[in-house]
Amino acid sequence: MNRVLWQIAEVTGAVQETPTVRTLILDAPDWPGHRAGQHLDVRLTAEDGYQAQRSYSIASAPEDGLAVTVERLDDGEASPYLVDELRKGDRLELRGPIGGYFVWDGDDNRPVLLIAGGSGIVPLMAMIRHRSSVESEAPFRLLYSSRTYGDVIYREELERLAAEDWLEVFHTLTRAQPQGWSGYARRIDAELLREVAWPPGKNAAVFVCGSTRFVDAAADGLVQLGYDPLSIKTERFGATG
Amino acid sequence: MERLDGNALGGTLYELFGVEMTVATGVCASCGAAEQVARLDVYVNAPGAVARCPHCGSVVLRIVEGRGRVWIDLSGASCLELGSPPGI
Repeated sequence: MNRVLWQIAEVTGAVQETPTVRTLILDAPDWPGHRAGQHLDVRLTAEDGYQAQRSYSIASAPEDGLAVTVERLDDGEASPYLVDELRKGDRLELRGPIGGYFVWDGDDNRPVLLIAGGSGIVPLMAMIRHRSSVESEAPFRLLYSSRTYGDVIYREELERLAAEDWLEVFHTLTRAQPQGWSGYARRIDAELLREVAWPPGKNAAVFVCGSTRFVDAAADGLVQLGYDPLSIKTERFGATG
Repeated sequence: MERLDGNALGGTLYELFGVEMTVATGVCASCGAAEQVARLDVYVNAPGAVARCPHCGSVVLRIVEGRGRVWIDLSGASCLELGSPPGI
């Protein structure tokens, strides 16, 4: 059977995205390729044999190799090591790719609505990157909620991509806003979704990723607007890092 | 306890069943609702992992791993529909 087995990957590069978020570029010789939106599991083993296992979303488009973006949770067991300690040339154990539900393959020309809370942007960024390099007619809208301007992951790349006519990006900063901020400045609610989301009749494909509270608020708001719950795909991540 | 969704079980279920499982459909033995595994309510901080029906809250699936063994309780699912593993 085509089992997903644990394999060894080597860190070939790292990008500090924000003070607490880092992208790890990985070389996994046995990697079978992935779909935009999938995740992988990382397993760390301490010298005494204790193991910690965590899931991380794949940030890279399928055509761009393998990279994950990890947010440091200060009381976490795995993420402080992955964000602060791991160096180029280090190895880690991973398993994947995982998931066939929360994916966008590029062969669907329906409008796409992406809603991200914090590091929930990561699998959605893989979809945006994939959209930017495949032949597709699908218009994309991204609504991205961050605490502060400095917490916005992939900010410059998103600005660059939003200059293309297929992508619109809407930021909301929930905790603090820089002077002259012209984006939204509050948590996502039904009114904000009404302004940003495609009308329900557009039959958009919807992907929402973030903390459980964030995802539930966004999904409930969309259903209030008249979205079919079955058209909303969600992925929740936990606070154990 | 924090509620996640069935995506969080993707890796474990793939390893156990040999196929991508977040798009598998499970039928709740209590209320009869059919949902994809990705849409189940999942709690991973219980002893093991527990997946509940998002409609009625009943336990659909439990997985406990430890000491080189794994226990899978599917008594809350009346049916599980998944893609055939390669070679079957």
